[in-house]
Amino acid sequence: MSEFIYYGDASLLKRPKWDNKNAEDEFYKYLYLRKNISGFHKELWFHQQGDRSWLIVTRNTKNHEIIRVELATEVVKGLDK
Amino acid sequence: MSNINRIKSSLIDTTKEINFVFNGKKYKGFEGDTLGSALLANDVKLIGRSFKYHRPRGIVSHGSEEPNGLVEIINDHYNEPNTKITTVELYEGLKAKSQNCWPSVKYDLMSINDKLSNFISAGFYYKTFMWPSSFWEKIYEPLIRKAAGLGSLSLSNFSRNSEKGFLHCDVLIIGSGPAGLVSAYIAGLSGVRVILVEEDFIYGGSLNNEVFHISDMPAQNWVKSILKNLDKLSNVRLMKKTTVTGMFDHGIFGAIEKNKHKKIEQIFWKINTKKTLLCSGSTERIIPFQNNDIPGIMLSGSIRSYVNRWGINNLQKVLLFTNNDDAYLTAKNLIENGINCIGIVDTRNSSKKTDYKLKIYKDSQVINAFGKLNLKGVNIINKEGKITYLECDYLGVSGGWNPNIHISCHTGVKPEWNQEILAFTPGLNNISTHIEAAGSASGKFTLNACFADAESKITNILNELKVKPKKYVIPKFNRDKYNIDPFWYVEHGSQRKWVDFQNDVTIKDIEIAYDENFRSVEHLKRYTTLGMGTDQGKTSNVTGLAILAKLSKKLIPEVGTTVFRPPYIPLSLDAVVGQHIGKNLKPIRLTPTHNWAKANGASFTESGLWLRAEWYSKKSEKKWRESVDREVISVRNSVGFCDVSTLGKIDIQGRDAQDFINKIYSNRFAKLPIGKVRYGLMLREDGIVMDDGTTARMSENHFIMTTTTINAESVYRHLEFCHQCLWPKMDVRLISTTDAWAQIAIAGPNSRKVISKILDKEFDISNEKFPFMSCKELTICGGITARLFRISFSGELAYELSLPTQYASSFVSYLMKVGKEENIIPYGTEALGVMRIEKGHAAGAELNGTISALNLNMEKLVSPQKDSIGMILSKREGLCLPNGLRLIGLKPINPKNQLISGSHLFNENENRIPENDLGYVTSSCYSPTLKSFIALAFLKNGTRRYGQKINVSNPILKNETMAEICNPIFVDPNGDKLRV
Repeated sequence: MSEFIYYGDASLLKRPKWDNKNAEDEFYKYLYLRKNISGFHKELWFHQQGDRSWLIVTRNTKNHEIIRVELATEVVKGLDK
Repeated sequence: MSNINRIKSSLIDTTKEINFVFNGKKYKGFEGDTLGSALLANDVKLIGRSFKYHRPRGIVSHGSEEPNGLVEIINDHYNEPNTKITTVELYEGLKAKSQNCWPSVKYDLMSINDKLSNFISAGFYYKTFMWPSSFWEKIYEPLIRKAAGLGSLSLSNFSRNSEKGFLHCDVLIIGSGPAGLVSAYIAGLSGVRVILVEEDFIYGGSLNNEVFHISDMPAQNWVKSILKNLDKLSNVRLMKKTTVTGMFDHGIFGAIEKNKHKKIEQIFWKINTKKTLLCSGSTERIIPFQNNDIPGIMLSGSIRSYVNRWGINNLQKVLLFTNNDDAYLTAKNLIENGINCIGIVDTRNSSKKTDYKLKIYKDSQVINAFGKLNLKGVNIINKEGKITYLECDYLGVSGGWNPNIHISCHTGVKPEWNQEILAFTPGLNNISTHIEAAGSASGKFTLNACFADAESKITNILNELKVKPKKYVIPKFNRDKYNIDPFWYVEHGSQRKWVDFQNDVTIKDIEIAYDENFRSVEHLKRYTTLGMGTDQGKTSNVTGLAILAKLSKKLIPEVGTTVFRPPYIPLSLDAVVGQHIGKNLKPIRLTPTHNWAKANGASFTESGLWLRAEWYSKKSEKKWRESVDREVISVRNSVGFCDVSTLGKIDIQGRDAQDFINKIYSNRFAKLPIGKVRYGLMLREDGIVMDDGTTARMSENHFIMTTTTINAESVYRHLEFCHQCLWPKMDVRLISTTDAWAQIAIAGPNSRKVISKILDKEFDISNEKFPFMSCKELTICGGITARLFRISFSGELAYELSLPTQYASSFVSYLMKVGKEENIIPYGTEALGVMRIEKGHAAGAELNGTISALNLNMEKLVSPQKDSIGMILSKREGLCLPNGLRLIGLKPINPKNQLISGSHLFNENENRIPENDLGYVTSSCYSPTLKSFIALAFLKNGTRRYGQKINVSNPILKNETMAEICNPIFVDPNGDKLRV
């Protein structure tokens, strides 16, 4: 039982629109194609044994240093602006 | 025995005798001894046999660097193999035995390997056991398994009392030698939270090996005085018998505390710290020469330690062999204690001046050692090539010192080469990290430099923590400068020269590896197994690199080094596991009616974390099937109830709740009327079925979703993801209410009659007022709030009643009373499962993470008219093959033939090979309703093959059955019974 659950690349926030012309291709890219970043990587963590918030954690994949943690809701609202 | 005669040492209490047994023979030691020191004091030099060649081996060192002194500790319930005798604190009644020898350590039959050494050098396994490949499993592997491996397991399932613990501090100091003590004291005085960890069972580190004075007192007294002060500081935690095993990200360290005599024998600590100072000291190196593995050949500093700390004086003639200054201190201490030091063989030209009488063989080397089970003498050679035989029973070797940098490498930091001390130091200078090294761990080999280094490093750390360092006057100490010559191994002679004792790696093995082009350090390590033993090559690695450097005509830093990985010392799995074993591995969740069920004959089954009643046995019932069959028939004929509280319940509220649910489920959910329930299919974004369940609309903006038991957590997480990460602007709030509401399924043609008796009067649940798929909040038993859902998993007229958890247990007792007339019975998960298979409902076995809506014959439940998770990708070709797998029913031609879950389906006339595989059985049971075994299965193109026969084949269980393909809904396919 861990406090946090790791979910992967934060690019999952940018879900394509279902009624786009190329939706199938866009969804395929959205779900399967990932950048393999050496350096700062934004990723999703779920605070399961806590306040149940989804977090965007910025982690350096070279040394696991974490430099930023944001609420996913805030980040998504920012994307929409 | 000479055991009684010990030199006086403040660290050995000769008034307290301790009895122990080694290889069946009784010995005595004293309080303060290790098993190693006690054996040496008893003249036991031969400890075990080596791993590969079964050469006789004795103690080399005095700490966790020990490569040879591995024994099995014999306990009442289990044996602990590969225990380093140099780290075991002696205790009354200790029993130990040698490893890698048969029938005994003195006459070991496997020592024939030693004679065959020409055939089993580096890469032996890779070369020898290559062909024919059919020999591998039957002949080679059992042979290797028998001969290989260190020690043996007792195969007992006894588990020691182990715990896991968590600690937090500002500064973690690893090691309590001179650097560790000084820095812990300065940090402690300055007020930060300090943890000082010491591997040994006493504090003091290398100071315990010495007899010199610090601040006008013996070194051990100085240690005691500073410890006394540290003890007074409440912000300092002292932890001895504790070894830091690994450094992990973000300042987290693992440490193992071992305490044989405490109720909890070992504690695996997870230490969170802001800063760390590595004061782990240094380890002496060997110098390889011919036969340098004979018992009696030890590290020079370790001989000094056995004399000074443990007071051992049964050494007759000691010779020393060195390329540096440190061995001279050993010589001095031996002479001061009246031990016959016959001389020092120094590879250097400029021999040192000494103020004591010592024969120095300058410009000389030890070239060969003699003796079988213990050392008899050595040959030395001087500059002119003259060979002299010297008789001796102990030889102390010093090839220089390696800082114990291991922990500093654990996060991937490469060490740096220091040409002055000819060793690697932690490569921490140019990178920002939370760990620093001080003292001899950072290459400061003289005591003055060590103290000064500790003071400056801890001051830096305190500054970084924004704490003002308190002043502490560090002791001044006069000790010779440390000087070393780059002398790595003796070239003279062609017999074997041992580099890694534990893995039996010789210089020749390194040469073979080099000749065969295994020239990178990583290849060399794996091809020869150099440094891969439980000692991690603490005494041998750098020597091995030096030999490789010489062969490749490079400098050592150019050759590079392998980095160290955790754990620093061997860590037993039971320590890491702690109490999380067996039933303690995971929490157990009990249903609200658990105790009632237990009292009423239920047996239980695990379902995720839950324990659920599987059936309720009556005394007359001998087999479980009798109980299950009775339960099914009772429900289908009258009425029964089942605790289904384990299903996930998610409360969804908000103005956008309906739109939100409509995006979660793939089927249409937009216009669910208030007071109605609907089945929902949930896909993952990749189009695979994630879960299914029902959702009820209690009011305009209030919905209750149910999930399967197993997916309760993951569905909730998924919903939060969809809300927070995809549609945060939607006005929705989610909460899991699985634990708050008990849910009881009441099923059977008489269920309405029974429920009517418990409802408060004003509620009417007649078929007209409360038809199939209705829901309502109401009160029962005189005012208790409850929620009633008219839904059915069994296919009968059925309801599910939610009520606050605390009432569940008394409610079911009451239900038994009011349903007496209808012969109401409780039923378990097995009967529940039988009835759902009879009805063709998919459950966990079908929703296996590879199944699409089409496979479940539910393709119409994926609406292309709206946005829902997984809709787009569910349209992918592979998930919609017209001839793809379909959920079907199977009835054996002979109803008594069981269909086994996991069996595969083949056309009768085709071979049972993967190419002809048409599908597989997911769920099977005996149906008392149909009086036949039945099963659910996925079959290619299955819905078009109803009525055909197919072979159900299980080659593992050697079972083949013919079955008829049919509609998966075996009972009441039109659902008439649901709607009465």
